[in-house]
Amino acid sequence: MPRTRLWRRSSDVEQFFFHTTTGHVVLLVLEALAILVPLLIAVAYLTLMERKVMAAMQMRRGPNVNGLFGVLQAFADAIKMMTKETIIPSGANRFLFLLAPFLTFSLAMLAWAVIPTGDGLAVANINVGILYLLAISSLGVYGILIAGWASNSKYAFLGGLRSAAQMVSYEVSIGLVIVSVLLAVGSLNLNDIILAQRHVWFCVPMFPMFIIFFISALAETNRAPFDLPEGESELVAGFFVEYSSLSFGLFFLGEYANMILMSGMVSILFLGGWLPPLGIAPLTWIPGPVWLIAKILFCLFVFIWVRATFPRYRYDQLMRLGWKVFLPFSLLWMIATAGFLLATGNLPQGVS
Amino acid sequence: MMIQLVFYVFAAVLIASSAMVIFAKNPVHSVLFLILGFFNAAGLFLLAGAEFLAMILVIVYVGAVAVLFLFVVMMLDIDFARMREGLQRYAPLGAAVGGVLFAELAMAAAHWASSPVMPEPITGGLGQPGGPMTNTAALGTLLYTHYILLFQACGLVLLVAMIGAITLTLREKPTGRRQVIGKQHERMRADTLDMLTLPLGFGTDANGGFLRPAKGYYDTAVPGSYGVPAAPEPPREEVRKVDGDAP
Repeated sequence: MPRTRLWRRSSDVEQFFFHTTTGHVVLLVLEALAILVPLLIAVAYLTLMERKVMAAMQMRRGPNVNGLFGVLQAFADAIKMMTKETIIPSGANRFLFLLAPFLTFSLAMLAWAVIPTGDGLAVANINVGILYLLAISSLGVYGILIAGWASNSKYAFLGGLRSAAQMVSYEVSIGLVIVSVLLAVGSLNLNDIILAQRHVWFCVPMFPMFIIFFISALAETNRAPFDLPEGESELVAGFFVEYSSLSFGLFFLGEYANMILMSGMVSILFLGGWLPPLGIAPLTWIPGPVWLIAKILFCLFVFIWVRATFPRYRYDQLMRLGWKVFLPFSLLWMIATAGFLLATGNLPQGVS
Repeated sequence: MMIQLVFYVFAAVLIASSAMVIFAKNPVHSVLFLILGFFNAAGLFLLAGAEFLAMILVIVYVGAVAVLFLFVVMMLDIDFARMREGLQRYAPLGAAVGGVLFAELAMAAAHWASSPVMPEPITGGLGQPGGPMTNTAALGTLLYTHYILLFQACGLVLLVAMIGAITLTLREKPTGRRQVIGKQHERMRADTLDMLTLPLGFGTDANGGFLRPAKGYYDTAVPGSYGVPAAPEPPREEVRKVDGDAP
């Protein structure tokens, strides 16, 4: 465990943190903060990054008034959002209406508990880490569905239904892609998945799966070109049309945190997580978290790039892509992977 | 001590939410309580050291099955007064079904025993660390060796159910709008667009309004959709005016 390594010198500190109940609780809170605070700052700056990158792609300037290069824009937005009035529609189901944004936001935070940022360096380095991620990301649909229903509005409801169908469809192909990766790893532990990529990142031998996973991640986070649940041309703003002020802000934060999470999953499954591109001297000096962050940033850039480039899919095209293209192809690839590993005798044996 | 406390919290919330599934007036609330129940069941699995089952429970039941429940239930239009009507009449029947289920459960619980072919001690009991094997591997070892036939049979049953559901709901609607995607992708700009240079103040009216492509409006349609009959030549108009007399 890296924790013990970090604190080896000062036995008093170790005594407090590892052998007293108060110490355990304090340590847990500190660990959670260590991941949540950078995450929230990242979310704030992701909104700025999106606007800046899109502006550059469309030959505009983007936000440049608040602070140097607009770096304070995120905080200006936050203050604006918080000082607005919270409006609850008269026909809405009050409890569920307010529950939905909290659900979306907290689920997006919860998943980060298992993301390893270094060798074994995660808040919870659990055996079934990848299943935990899949479980949490499949729960994201509830926030949207409940928001759509509780708003008591046609547009919100239609957006919620669209989102439910879309997310459930693409989860199937995400699951199959993950299974193909797991076949090559032989473990459900995220740290083992990264360590299995020491020699070659999985995006090289499994390039088609990498692409399918990335596109499914776009659909799973309701991002362009799959942002039909909030298609403003036909549904006004989709499931969050009735939301305002902080409740809207929580949806917004949750959506961006989910984007970062999905980028993290792409990095861990296919881009080698915290591993450097090559295991040679100058690259291994840079610590693991830096590599992970760089890879996440790259994925986020592609998320934004896609948004600036492609028009929105039609709904039947979206469903066709998910069920008739991705599902059969990833199933075929999974079987081919298993067959190849078995034929070459590379199937991971006897590991946990 | 701590483990027992957590167990009782999970168990109590599980039972309470299961009861609320039945007693909640709003069916959407029922489904949401059902989801809460699933979560607590997953928590109990975690406590018993079966983390794989816990995660699968959340992924399959909460992430997929309950989403579809919620999906359907949200679209129901339920008249609560009419639902109450049959309560007196059906109560004895419901009680009988419940009684039979309870008796069966009690019988099953009385004769409960662990499988004799269990590989190693997988879990060390409530809140204890597991044995040498993770329970994912243990479960796989058991399922794919001793129970392979039952496992495959389950798969077949699911396949039949899936095909049945598709057959029941698949309808060929002649008014559907489906495209042959390959053909649609092969269309070139020259087939569909005419670039016109017009002087200021003039519309395209003089040129016959906006033009539908002379070729290929129906070319990309799947036979039998767009209201186009499958076998004979589709009723194709050479040039169709759209701005004036929309179809």
